[in-house]
Amino acid sequence: MNMKNRNLISITDYSKEEYLHILKLAETFEKEPVQNIAQGKVVATLFFEPSTRTRLSFESAANRLGARVIGFSDASNSSTAKGESLADTIRTVSCYADLIVMRHPLEGTARLASEVATVPVINAGDGANQHPTQCMLDLYSIQKTQGTLDNLNIALVGDLKYGRTVHSLVEAMCNFNTTFHLVSPESLKLPSTVKMHIKERNLKYYQYTTIAEAVDKVDILYMTRVQRERFLDIQDYERVKNSCILDKSLLKNVKPNMKVLHPLPRVNEINTNVDPLPQAYYFQQAQNGVYVRQALIAAILGLK
Amino acid sequence: MKTKELVVSAIENGTVIDHIPSDKLFQVIKILNLESCTDQVLFGNNLESQKLGKKAIIKVQNKFFETDDINKIAIVCPTATLTIIKDYEVVGKRVPSLPTEFEGIVKCYNPKCITNHEQVTPKFRVLDSREIKLQCHYCQKITKEETLNFL
Repeated sequence: MNMKNRNLISITDYSKEEYLHILKLAETFEKEPVQNIAQGKVVATLFFEPSTRTRLSFESAANRLGARVIGFSDASNSSTAKGESLADTIRTVSCYADLIVMRHPLEGTARLASEVATVPVINAGDGANQHPTQCMLDLYSIQKTQGTLDNLNIALVGDLKYGRTVHSLVEAMCNFNTTFHLVSPESLKLPSTVKMHIKERNLKYYQYTTIAEAVDKVDILYMTRVQRERFLDIQDYERVKNSCILDKSLLKNVKPNMKVLHPLPRVNEINTNVDPLPQAYYFQQAQNGVYVRQALIAAILGLK
Repeated sequence: MKTKELVVSAIENGTVIDHIPSDKLFQVIKILNLESCTDQVLFGNNLESQKLGKKAIIKVQNKFFETDDINKIAIVCPTATLTIIKDYEVVGKRVPSLPTEFEGIVKCYNPKCITNHEQVTPKFRVLDSREIKLQCHYCQKITKEETLNFL
């Protein structure tokens, strides 16, 4: 499969076969993480807003492939601070790099960048819109822990209304005959525009307000953070905040293959008493991000 | 006996756009780019209408709109009708229907969308042919009738 010069802006840009191809490549990088196949290539990481995990994970991936990394980690260090348009910045960086990885606080910026860039663009997050590489590493982690992506029961927990990782994961998992268990406070339920994807495929979904109702039925428990700032009324937040917190006591009767995932950063939604348990998979999940990003860089640069 | 006069004169050849809600007249003029039309353009506003209460009408000499232009009118006023005139006679009618995709005309309602911060022409996919549901090509958010604003 040739994915050379393909942009990755939204998870729907790639077909099911293309995700699976990337996941297969990621496996080869997990087995052999250092492969100097991108020597002489330059990857630009343009982070117009701060990010620790995603930027370092991309830079680590590029370095392990032998590519050099240029870029900035804060818009105040770029000529945007002088008033340059995004389109001009991207056109210019296209002259210096073979691939652009970008994050921006405004939504739709990565799509715009891909239309003006002369090199491929990977979206590393555009505001609350899309973060497709997070979704790819979630898929990789699910496949790795379950041995398959097909016919799984997946619980999505927390802020299902605003969480972009949840929206992308639902869209992607709709390709694999998934049964969805949606756990959220009433005010943070999955939006109807996202539920539409589940309904279009005639897949099953169940809605709950507490983790306890879903946890014993699922193969994957995908946790997200309920953010206090999403609530207009602080009392509403206080009322619901504990319903989506995972504690070790909730994991007594889970399926033997069950794993807990979280896109991180975690605040208090997973009690640290879960960390030593065999179900806790969130730190390995972050590690998987490097392999998946290596696979994407290699495929898009036409090296694999 | 009182004779009924045409408030806006008849045209010999061209298009009559009728049943435009009064508050949409200037938007229709703008999206059809009639400001730069060099032929005769006649219009009337706040005319009596049984259907709309008050309406506007535009008559454009020697102009026969392409389907794309006609469909743009649907975004602004789906009630409009177009009548094609040749030698002062009605030779055809066209009803605008929403296009599947279009550029410009409308602003993305999302204040965090890049199109509201950079000089980029907004692009939309029309998700529903009956009601206004326009998905932004850039931020993917959906602009609906109640959040519709024109450029």
